[in-house]
Amino acid sequence: MNPRQFLNPWVLFGAAVLLTAAALHNDYYLTLINFIGIHTLLVVGLNLLMGYAGQISLGHAAFFGLGAYTSGILTATYGVDPWLAMLAGMLVCGLTAFLIGVPALKLRGYYLAMATLGFGIILYIVFNEAESWTGGPSGLTGIPDLSLFGFKLDTPKRLFLLIWPVLGGIMALSANLVDSRTGRALRALHEGEAAAQSLGVNTSRLKLMIFVWSALYASLAGSLYAHTLNFIAAASFGFMFSIKLVTMVVLGGMASIWGSFLGAAVLTVLPEMLTMFHDYEVIIFGVILMVVMIFLPRGLVRGIMDLWEFRRYKKEGGIIG
Amino acid sequence: MAFHAKAEKYLGEPLCLGALVVILFTMPILELQDISLAFGGLQALDKVSFAVGAGTVQAVIGPNGAGKTTLFNLITGFLSPQAGKVVFQDQEIQGRPPHQVAQMGIARTFQLVQLFDHMTVLENVMVGRHRLSRAGLLAGALRLPWTRGEEKSIKERALEELAFVGLGDRAQQPAATLPLGLKRLLEIARALAAEPTLLLLDEPASGLDAVETERLQEMILALRDRGLTILLVEHDMGLTMEVADQIAVLNYGQLIATGTPREVQRNEEVIAAYLGTDWQT
Repeated sequence: MNPRQFLNPWVLFGAAVLLTAAALHNDYYLTLINFIGIHTLLVVGLNLLMGYAGQISLGHAAFFGLGAYTSGILTATYGVDPWLAMLAGMLVCGLTAFLIGVPALKLRGYYLAMATLGFGIILYIVFNEAESWTGGPSGLTGIPDLSLFGFKLDTPKRLFLLIWPVLGGIMALSANLVDSRTGRALRALHEGEAAAQSLGVNTSRLKLMIFVWSALYASLAGSLYAHTLNFIAAASFGFMFSIKLVTMVVLGGMASIWGSFLGAAVLTVLPEMLTMFHDYEVIIFGVILMVVMIFLPRGLVRGIMDLWEFRRYKKEGGIIG
Repeated sequence: MAFHAKAEKYLGEPLCLGALVVILFTMPILELQDISLAFGGLQALDKVSFAVGAGTVQAVIGPNGAGKTTLFNLITGFLSPQAGKVVFQDQEIQGRPPHQVAQMGIARTFQLVQLFDHMTVLENVMVGRHRLSRAGLLAGALRLPWTRGEEKSIKERALEELAFVGLGDRAQQPAATLPLGLKRLLEIARALAAEPTLLLLDEPASGLDAVETERLQEMILALRDRGLTILLVEHDMGLTMEVADQIAVLNYGQLIATGTPREVQRNEEVIAAYLGTDWQT
């Protein structure tokens, strides 16, 4: 291995995870980091849909909830194996996304946002009202811990050692994806749908595929969330959380895998640090969303990269379009 | 079928190979049959029929609003005709969605350049290889071994097309940072990467300076020599007369003349439609 390969982001990622596991023993911080991991998983998925494919979903919390409830209900109520339940959650989510996606993705821009918003609200109502299944507003308790190779994942440290390697794998998959034939087609669809079609990209099929794909991420995150907290309640899967996810995508950067991590980290840690402003959380998110959209419309990571790249080529007399 | 019948007739004769070549190059690759389309009360195209011979450069000219771009959108599936047929390589393609038409081997450029601005110049052309490669979502995410070979050949082929249009040294910059003239060339490279049988160029010379237009002219002729069939909408008459084998003239949605550049220039109706336009340049 030559020295440059040590600077590979994935090597750094692995090293950071190992180092954190070895050095950090504070349960509060580990739990916070686990939530950052779960949120990043959600945001990477949403970013593939929003940032890369350019399709807005304001109902992503619903897929998160669908995964969490499928896992929670199957394990707590029916005693199904948690890993099987996790797969079942992904199946349910994938299927739901497919059924919702067929009509919804025919819509564009605001209409797609409205359709996914409506879907999110409907599922939120279901989570709240189907009390015999979901426990309604008071929540679903008794979700068992995951276990792996005979180890019960019952401490934040052990969960950390599951969540973060899984996240690393998913991020690597996503980075591969955006740099593949399908990834290029996604970005092309975002920047010019007609041009993409004129090159043989079946844009409606591609939109549906990535919608389902990102719902699978959300479902996985939901299952991990349910087993981390051992308790879920409908309030976690409402419209506000969908907006929070969108804010994370926008802040970190549309079309940036590492930006997803940054956005998720900042907006998971920030509310913890600003607990005294809790009542103003919505306003703070709104302001962040506005400021970023106005000044760095492609988010922190992309925006700064663009500034650098465009400045570099501007010297050649190119027109910035 | 018509092709086979003609070919058989010549088979066994001493000059059969030569005859075959002649047939190949005179067989229409694209035929428009009585195409009509109206937008509300406006008859954008009115029973337009003409054929484009394989391996030729066919130009479509006409004053603004004559229906040229509408015609392009009909051929490429962005619009469907209300009546008439579009036949490409013996298959009716009218009403098929754009991506299917593209997959059959028809590529196009746009009147207003439509690049993927935030992707690099190279990536833009790599998207052109979409129809000729097959790695799906899962294969790409897992980076299966066979996809690496495919990626490599996509990249090599894209670089070849970039070199062909003279953008080889700009591969890594974002497409948006190119000046307009180079953007047009990039769009052509992207279309070429799809290895089309038929290439539609929608006003490729608009916004180009004299030097760039000359380069475009050479490029179009080089592409024809490569065996491509080209359908060209262009306002630059100098360029059109120079490269076109056949010209179709549209006026208010009607086909008023077809023929060689020389024939079309002498056509009374064409002269009337273009009255006041500087023809001979």
